Amino acid sequence: MENERKLEEFQQKIDANIKIEPKDWMPEKYRQTLIRQISQHAHSEIIGMQPEGNWLTRAPSLRAKKILMAKIQDEAGHGLYLYCAAETLGVKREQFLQWLHEGKAKYSSVFNYPTLTWADMGAVGWLVDGAAIVNQVSLQGTSYGPYSRAMVKICMEESFHQRQGFEIMVQLAKGTEEQKQMAQDALNRWWWPSIMMFGPHDSESAHSNQSLKWKIKRESNDELRQRYINKTIEQGHHLGLTFPDPNLKFNEETKNYDYSPIDWDEFWNVVKGNGPGNKLRINHHIKAHEDGKWVREAAKAYSKKINLSKKIA
Amino acid sequence: MKDELIDYCLRLGDSSLILSHRIAEYCSKAPILEEDLAITNVGLDLLGQAENFLNYAAKLKGNTTADLLTFKRKEGDFRCLHLVQTPNTDFAFILARQFLMDCYHQILFSQLLNSKDETISGISKKAIKEVKYHLDRSIDWIKRLGLGTKESNERIQNAINDLWMYTDELFKDNSTDLSMDNNKIAPLSSSLKDEWSEMVVNTLKDSEIEVPEDIYYSLKYGKDGFHTEYLGYILAEMQHLPLLYPDASW
Repeated sequence: MENERKLEEFQQKIDANIKIEPKDWMPEKYRQTLIRQISQHAHSEIIGMQPEGNWLTRAPSLRAKKILMAKIQDEAGHGLYLYCAAETLGVKREQFLQWLHEGKAKYSSVFNYPTLTWADMGAVGWLVDGAAIVNQVSLQGTSYGPYSRAMVKICMEESFHQRQGFEIMVQLAKGTEEQKQMAQDALNRWWWPSIMMFGPHDSESAHSNQSLKWKIKRESNDELRQRYINKTIEQGHHLGLTFPDPNLKFNEETKNYDYSPIDWDEFWNVVKGNGPGNKLRINHHIKAHEDGKWVREAAKAYSKKINLSKKIA
Repeated sequence: MKDELIDYCLRLGDSSLILSHRIAEYCSKAPILEEDLAITNVGLDLLGQAENFLNYAAKLKGNTTADLLTFKRKEGDFRCLHLVQTPNTDFAFILARQFLMDCYHQILFSQLLNSKDETISGISKKAIKEVKYHLDRSIDWIKRLGLGTKESNERIQNAINDLWMYTDELFKDNSTDLSMDNNKIAPLSSSLKDEWSEMVVNTLKDSEIEVPEDIYYSLKYGKDGFHTEYLGYILAEMQHLPLLYPDASW
């Protein structure tokens, strides 16, 4: 009875758009959904540093190198805000990392694709960050306060990332024939993975309905995907590049772009760990974490010694 | 004198560029996320310093740019110090290299604030603010590692021992140093040693790290265009796109 009343009050707060804060009562399933979603988001930021870091030492101009380095640093910062937001739900960062390493927590599957040319730095910024922004702008209105506030800050920086990516694409599309081919090849490889970032169709999405009711998610996967496609097609035409989908055309009736069926076999195969980079990304993270163990132990031991000497003094 | 000034700018620019490259290699490999953020910040500052000095070198040279100097120059024309070329063996090496360079930058840029060359003093004015927090960070880590655990003490000691010989170059004067000193553009490298030693030795002693003996390491150095075997690989990676697509602009 008590729980039912609490649940009702909780839903009333959600319906009135009052943010839920860490010390407020919340249903266990709400907490668990947020723990899963925010940590998955944090892991995506951190794992996403790898495919971009892959080109940091090979960026072809000082300006490009500086911007890419600043961008990767932002990703680390986003990961940090998000781990902090997730920690307010009662789980420590070390635990999140353990779940990631054990395969119990996921990150965005898009980062399991390789970055093969410099144009991929353009395509990742333009398409992958472009898709992420659509999702994140929507999540600024999420019902959990710390997550919502992290999103506001992240969105400001992500729009700079997308511009960085688009700028590289413009430069390549206007460059030599070889550069233009490089840009087209990157668009061909990243288009479908970026569309898959929004997850399964609404009819197949396991967590969607409850998440919408609790306003953890504000819009459905398909609504967000369609918005991303509509805005990105216009940008691609501006570049003079083509999209790898023969059925992509504007539908006068719906005022949306129609597109071909998504290859869900590929999506689930990559989610299940068989993408070209799944093992590489996780092994890289595990190795960095294990290599850093002695450093973290030293920092802890030092901090203990300092605290002890302060107490004695 | 102009040639020596260009050579001096290349020394400062190339050293920051290559150190920043080593930091870029370490991207996403730090022991904690906070450190990934911090070290990338340092790398970005160094890249900015490199760009400033290389822009000035390009302007003095004429008919070139900082990008051309970075991506189309041959190894023997680089003037970076050997210390910055050393590899990222582990966090202790990365940190020890950074600490030794941060101390050097702190003392050098403080002196360069008084340079008769306004561009050099201007770049140094900006750089010294950045170096101050680089140094704060690296001193904090030297203490954590030196006084942390037995393993961390051994690792940082080992890194300091191995890197120590490369510090010899920091304080050797060549003809460029003599010219810069004569023209009141920069101090003699040798004149920086006492202050540097005091700063480094005090931090190491406070951190229970032994100070190695000085080693007379080489007759020729990076500042003379004679490099370690590491630099060729760094440049092969850094320059590969502009060299592979010579007609493209990026």
